[in-house]
Amino acid sequence: MSKGIFVVVEQRSGKVQNVGLELIGEATRLKEDLKDDVVAVLLGDKIEDQVAKLFHYGADKVILVDSPYLKEYVTEPYTKALTQVCNEYDPEIMLFGASSIGRDVAPRLASRIKTGLVADCTGLRMAKTEEEIAKEEAMGCEDGKRALLMTRPAFGGNIMATLMCPRTKPQMATVRPGVMKRADKDASRTGEVIKFAVEFTDADMNIEIIEAVKEGKKHADITEAKVLVSGGRGIGGPAGFDILKECAEQLGGEIASSRACVDAGWIENSRQVGQTGKTVRPELYLACGISGAIQHVAGMEGSELVISINKNDTAAIFGVSDLGIVGDVKVIVPKLTEALKKYNAEKNAN
Amino acid sequence: MKIVVCIKQVPDTVEVKIDPKTGTLIRDGVPSIINPDDKTGIEAALELKERVGGTVTVISMGPPQADVALREALAMGCDEAYLVSAREFGGSDTYATSGILAAAIKTLGYDVIITGRQAIDGDTAQVGPQIGEKLAIPQVSYVEEIKEAAEDHLIVRRQFEDGYHIIKIKTPCLLTAIAELADARYMTVSGIVDAYEKEIKVIGFEELKDNLELDMIGLKGSPTNVYQSFTKEVKGTGTVLKDASADEAVAAIIAKLEEKHII
Repeated sequence: MSKGIFVVVEQRSGKVQNVGLELIGEATRLKEDLKDDVVAVLLGDKIEDQVAKLFHYGADKVILVDSPYLKEYVTEPYTKALTQVCNEYDPEIMLFGASSIGRDVAPRLASRIKTGLVADCTGLRMAKTEEEIAKEEAMGCEDGKRALLMTRPAFGGNIMATLMCPRTKPQMATVRPGVMKRADKDASRTGEVIKFAVEFTDADMNIEIIEAVKEGKKHADITEAKVLVSGGRGIGGPAGFDILKECAEQLGGEIASSRACVDAGWIENSRQVGQTGKTVRPELYLACGISGAIQHVAGMEGSELVISINKNDTAAIFGVSDLGIVGDVKVIVPKLTEALKKYNAEKNAN
Repeated sequence: MKIVVCIKQVPDTVEVKIDPKTGTLIRDGVPSIINPDDKTGIEAALELKERVGGTVTVISMGPPQADVALREALAMGCDEAYLVSAREFGGSDTYATSGILAAAIKTLGYDVIITGRQAIDGDTAQVGPQIGEKLAIPQVSYVEEIKEAAEDHLIVRRQFEDGYHIIKIKTPCLLTAIAELADARYMTVSGIVDAYEKEIKVIGFEELKDNLELDMIGLKGSPTNVYQSFTKEVKGTGTVLKDASADEAVAAIIAKLEEKHII
């Protein structure tokens, strides 16, 4: 019988990436219903020093595939190693980060081992209600209580779809980075490490990497940013964007703008949100000194979370905000930046 | 060099609206377009042909109406076009779709296959790599530049979130295109005229059935199925803090960011 919630943990330059820890956190939540072990699968070259961390964040077991063939990400060796892991352990569920690596290897693996794969999920849960279990079983699932329901956006985020993979195993999903929450660290946790040997040959290296260049995170286009700190006339002038930028940096986001600031020449028009600018759907839209004209709202109403700060308590932006603060942007935003700096420093110390 | 480009006709998702009463997608009047990444793929294929010679074949799986997208590709300069269409193929997920497209491409022959990275209606980015797997050829996804092209190999630049790889890949191979790879050209008048004179060949179930996993195609055979679809809840007014001090306001923001897993 298929067993285990497997998380393929992404590492880059020998460092485990956040999305891997987030998925382990999510796997521990699925475990509450499924009762299977959370198994982290780590692939790379000389990466044994990263294993302890996986236990600290919730893994019960770690399967380690350590080989010089896995130093840089190459599709075939990674697919081969994961195929052998699946053949050996027959996982119930296998999760990947929906990064440019996860979205390259997961489809290749799913096709090779003949199972389904759901892309870029934002929500996962085990089938629980009678209706869910019955529907899974009607579709051919042997045990509907072990079925995973995978939710993701489609049609450019206009609609959400929940998918199932009833007949084939593992039930595989790539999960959008930053959506799931990692568990609190418990440095006393430990577990079984399985060193899994895969025999690679030069034939597995079916491409040749001539050059591998690390550049650090690139500045994204505002339509791709997960967090936007956006300024309107209420920020007072071009210097207001310097304040917003510091805050955006702490949130890993970008700055954006209403039309008024672009027309006033405070910022470049590529950052304008709204009917005559860009339509954005970030996870967080922090509207600072933006009144919320309908043309602006049209470009940001699809945001997951809207927090707004405005002096005017009748500002229309409050009508589309999850949290509104009546107050002065120039006072509140710098304080928020300081609080985030402190928060991030504490998080990194863990 | 025989270059095959896979394209998909998609609704222009920027134009898709939700019916506020029923909460369903309004598809009427929404224009159908060639998926943007696929259009980039067509351009990259045409440029590749201009560099090394050969032919560009465009292929699409979909209903008969998808021939509009194939005509557009012909008008851009592709040499021939195939529509893979059959009732048995309807409702296929990425696994099933890639199996069918791979079987069709196999009958056509290829040196280089180019697909868009992902389609704007499904956003899965899975069909390209899965075609590569079905054909057992190497792939490079997220290609942002073809630096060197020869009959027996390509040198490409592959994008990552934090950098890039310069990769040499031997043909036959598959590439998935991202927007940075090329700026699609416009159709020409003579191209449009020629496009309507060319035949779009249809590949149906009968031609492919011996090369398919027959229990893994279409709605019934697809390993994944839609359980339900729904629209996101409409955002209403949340909490507005009117008389909070700056410190209280910041604490409320931090709490909200934590609750929603932003930080």
